[in-house]
Amino acid sequence: MAEAVVPVRSGRRSVLMTIGRQRELSLLAIMFVLGGIVSLIAPQFLSVDNFSQVAVLASITAIAALGEAMVIITRGIDLSIEAVIGLVAYCVARSLELHLVDPVGALAIGLVIGLVLGCVNGFVIAILKVPPIVATLGTLSIFRGIDYVIAGPHQVPLASLPAGFAHIARTDILGVPVFVLLTVGVVVVGSLLLRSTRFGRQVYAVGSNPEAASILGIPSRRVTFTAYALCGLLAGLAGVMWVIEFGTINGTAATGVTLAVVAAVVVGGVNTLGGSGTLAGAAIGALFLGFIANALILVGLSQFWLQAIYGLVILLAISSDQLIRRSVQRANTRSTAR
Amino acid sequence: MTATAKSPSAVGRAARSLVRWETLLAVALLGLIVMGNALSPFFLTPKNFSNLLSALMEVAIMALPLTLIIILGEIDLSVESMAGLASAILGFMWAAGVPLEIAIPAVLLVGAVGGLLNGLLVARGGLPSLVVTLGTLALFRGMALIVLGPRGISNFPPAFTALGFGDVPGTVIPWSFVIFLGIALILGIVLHRTWIGRQVYAIGRNAGTARYSGVRVTRVRTSLFVLSGVIAAFAGVILTSRLSSARADAGAGMTITAVTVVLLGGANIFGGSGTIPGTVLAVLTIAVMQNALRLASVSVEVQSIALGLLLILSVLIPTVAHQAKKVVDRVQRSRHQSADAIAGEHTPVTGIEEELS
Repeated sequence: MAEAVVPVRSGRRSVLMTIGRQRELSLLAIMFVLGGIVSLIAPQFLSVDNFSQVAVLASITAIAALGEAMVIITRGIDLSIEAVIGLVAYCVARSLELHLVDPVGALAIGLVIGLVLGCVNGFVIAILKVPPIVATLGTLSIFRGIDYVIAGPHQVPLASLPAGFAHIARTDILGVPVFVLLTVGVVVVGSLLLRSTRFGRQVYAVGSNPEAASILGIPSRRVTFTAYALCGLLAGLAGVMWVIEFGTINGTAATGVTLAVVAAVVVGGVNTLGGSGTLAGAAIGALFLGFIANALILVGLSQFWLQAIYGLVILLAISSDQLIRRSVQRANTRSTAR
Repeated sequence: MTATAKSPSAVGRAARSLVRWETLLAVALLGLIVMGNALSPFFLTPKNFSNLLSALMEVAIMALPLTLIIILGEIDLSVESMAGLASAILGFMWAAGVPLEIAIPAVLLVGAVGGLLNGLLVARGGLPSLVVTLGTLALFRGMALIVLGPRGISNFPPAFTALGFGDVPGTVIPWSFVIFLGIALILGIVLHRTWIGRQVYAIGRNAGTARYSGVRVTRVRTSLFVLSGVIAAFAGVILTSRLSSARADAGAGMTITAVTVVLLGGANIFGGSGTIPGTVLAVLTIAVMQNALRLASVSVEVQSIALGLLLILSVLIPTVAHQAKKVVDRVQRSRHQSADAIAGEHTPVTGIEEELS
């Protein structure tokens, strides 16, 4: 009797665990189905131009989401990421406008500013031991304030950026946009860092059980600090990409982007309690959100729906994760009880 | 020996009550007022202070239930969006010809439903409140945008706009401040004088222990999120009244200030401690600080930097003080121990007493 029941149970359990594990695949499947429906309503959805535009826009969110994912895997959160992107974007655009740097120098400036701001977050959280939510809510206000102070009412127009700079976003290599290649490159490097290096394993260890990690002698302060610093660096890169994509930059650039970034990470299957998740998942999460935004416009719904959908997506993603986790646990306890 | 051991701890207790966070805050508040008065003759003119208070009241009202939620060890980031949603729905209903006597209760009901959503996901779903309320922060704001779009509704009757803008007749006390004090009084009594408050503290200190002691943890958590939703919606109504305009982006950015107020008021972000009087004092402190900064013609932008610093410092200072206290304790203990050791080897007990005194 028991023998007849057990295989069914374990079969169901393994299905659930597969769904839980293969978040990337299930997201792609949902996108495929939704894409089919949308293309029936709006045939232009299926054009190559449209796809590459979605991917270019999503790659900015994706780059930021990679940093955010790393921080969330350590059981933290970075709410200041939109202010980092905005501040970097303004500084980069302004220094290009004043001809202080060439485009390569601009990229360097953006990365350095992002890294410094990330180190500020890392210092406050890892060294001063202020909880991430308070620290990054504070630096959100501080970084944005600095952005406003530097920018004032000034707006850097697209025309004052060097010719060809904004064109990078439209450039492609063998038909693939540069931004997408860049994102794929960062995902590959980042995934290698998390999967195959000591630092990467330490990131997961600190996130899944901080006490055990410190007992094992993992330098959790250093790991946490590095995660926030890297998050700042990637936010800096996203800031430079923001300038390239949008061109016209003022002190309010990237306001509200944190929600999209966190939504991408959560949808991408990163556990909000820390300790699990992949960078590829976060990037696909960003693509998923970009895809939804695009579908909304094509179907004719107003842009105002986007914010609500980000919220809904966050809530659905964490609730379904929790349901899967609970039923796996229940199945586990049942099978061990037998 | 016992006498000498007792007297420092008694002194310590007195010192500790002297350096209670609320006392420090009250001293800082007085200091700011004295300094501001010396700097500018306009600093504490009643009208000036009244304007300033009424501009801060929506945040202050939101901060009251947020205090309870933070004591519980949770957080509600969605309050600013709930205020925006309340404003949008109020404007939408008013523009559609619904009288305010019906529209306002309806809006409060929306607040309750929104709060219930947060509460159920956190308390029953076992999900982290940070991420849940980040989700509803986006969801409620998005719903506000869907309801009202980019337009503003502004032809509200004067009786309504007096709620957020007017003063109690014959004084310069804004009505909204009276409402704030009323809610503070009720929540203060509930938190500090009833079994409900004791349950809130118990859950914040250790939810597991509280559950085994018979506290209905899920119910308390859910109800506090509902309360937070209703009061945030009410703050949205007051905001609409003060600006005489309903907008979907109403209240944007208020969450940071509300969290700053609660933490500056001495609540512990990890739960288990915090008081309503502390939050009230923090509201007054921030009002005075903003007034001082404005009179010193510090721009709003720099004020936002100051607010962020204040938020981090209000958590950092108690942590550092706690660490310092631990170090001092350890040093004292080791001195005691070495003194005991010396005593055991060479001298009778009376010897140390002389040494210590």
